[in-house]
Amino acid sequence: MNQVYDISHLLAGVMLVTSFALLYQQRIAAVLNAFAAQSITLALAVAWAAWSENRPDLFITALIAFSLKGVVIPVALHRTVARLGIHREVEKVVGVGAALMVGLALTALAQALVVKIAQGPASQAREELALALAIILMGFLMMIVRRNAVTQIVGFMSMENGLILAATGARGMPLVVEISVAFSVLIALFVFAVFVFRIRERFDTIDIEALDRMRGDRR
Amino acid sequence: MTGNLVVQFLAQGAQMFFVLLIAPLAVGVVRRVKARLMRRQGAPLLQGYRDLAKLLRKESVVAENASWLFRSAPSLIFALTWVAAALIPTFASGLMYNWAADVVALVALLGAARALLALAGMDVGTSFGGIGSSREMMIATLAEPAMMLIVLTLAIAAGTTRLAGVADFFIAEPLAVRVSMALSLLALVIVALAENARIPVDNPVTHLELTMVHEAMVLEYSGRHLALIEAAGMLKLVLYLSLLICLFAPFGMAPATAGVDGWALGLLAWTVKLLGGAALLGVWEVSIAKMRVFRLPDFVGIAFVFAFLAILLAFLSRGAIE
Repeated sequence: MNQVYDISHLLAGVMLVTSFALLYQQRIAAVLNAFAAQSITLALAVAWAAWSENRPDLFITALIAFSLKGVVIPVALHRTVARLGIHREVEKVVGVGAALMVGLALTALAQALVVKIAQGPASQAREELALALAIILMGFLMMIVRRNAVTQIVGFMSMENGLILAATGARGMPLVVEISVAFSVLIALFVFAVFVFRIRERFDTIDIEALDRMRGDRR
Repeated sequence: MTGNLVVQFLAQGAQMFFVLLIAPLAVGVVRRVKARLMRRQGAPLLQGYRDLAKLLRKESVVAENASWLFRSAPSLIFALTWVAAALIPTFASGLMYNWAADVVALVALLGAARALLALAGMDVGTSFGGIGSSREMMIATLAEPAMMLIVLTLAIAAGTTRLAGVADFFIAEPLAVRVSMALSLLALVIVALAENARIPVDNPVTHLELTMVHEAMVLEYSGRHLALIEAAGMLKLVLYLSLLICLFAPFGMAPATAGVDGWALGLLAWTVKLLGGAALLGVWEVSIAKMRVFRLPDFVGIAFVFAFLAILLAFLSRGAIE
């Protein structure tokens, strides 16, 4: 029984490591690959939970995670980057080292929170819950410290990966909710993509810093 | 009882002897694997011994303005590294001086050797030595905290910082996959690469001015001084490989009570694992490019991040067990 938890914790730990990889990577293509790796690990983690806890509905979740976020979205983003013809380097607000340190602090915060909140019989699941919360916070961090719109999309998607992981650990979410979340993420990708193209059309860059200087009255 | 004591003493001496004996061979295996993967013939496996023997015979040229530090540093560095390498349990966990093989002491010994090397690099006042020393210290300031965190993670798991105790704990423990252990393994591998001046942190075969770190510090050494420095470098490689084996793959290590037969078996297992590790290092070095010096803090910083994550998770899972 212990081995089951060990492996699910290991997969969740790998996801957290890929979250750090997202912060660490300098090139957009590498960021997208790291995101694909995270999604595929998520699919494995969910599939493991489905198999070990005998909940076949989770296999559908795993399938959605693998096909949509492991393959379709990264490929779509790769093609978007190619079509935009933007810099392949990632623009950052803070340096890699500082971002990693903040990431560590967030992980510690997530653990401190979960240890405080989740006490009692469900303590086996709380390690996974702490990891999931850390991944969600890292997704936030990714959206804050990266100025490029494409990497912001990746941060958002990675946050959603953390949510699915948390839901899997905490006895799962209903399948209807799961499917609608998956599709809303897909819709969000389209909306983001349209926005990215509009932003670039207008400002000649997808650095969202340009939006700060944009004022309606200054024509 | 006295006979037993003598055997124990001899076993400890044998361990010191074996780590020194195998060090050039391990480096030879790394170089050979690299050469074969690049479709070159490569130097014979025993080339390391020949290099050392030749250097020992040669005259040692010392700069005019070199101080006593420059002359004494090689011997001190060699001695410190040898003691550190000989402390790590290799073929048996319960040798006579295993109480001294504390991981904190090990970090301190290596830190002292590194400080001496950096001082010696700056002693003659050449610009390369200064560059090498400053870069070495930059890497060390990042690698050493990571190393201490790894040590603490293992100490939390095993309840001791004594290496033999940690190895015994992991032999006795049923095989389990732990996130904290996997993360500390990754972190220790990165620290080992950085400390041994291997690719991607430093290239051990280059003498290109802009990129070298370790070689820049020892550029002024020649003859027997260089032989000692080179031997210390080889010992350090064996040290880190043994440390990885001892902490993460201690299977086959003889327990404290094993006789000479058990020791021989343990020695065989250790040698196979060590040379296997050296071959893996060769494959790794061929398949990756050296990093820019300015990217190094990020890379070694990853080791710190992993080690920190490992210790956080170790605390959390401990809390879950209690």
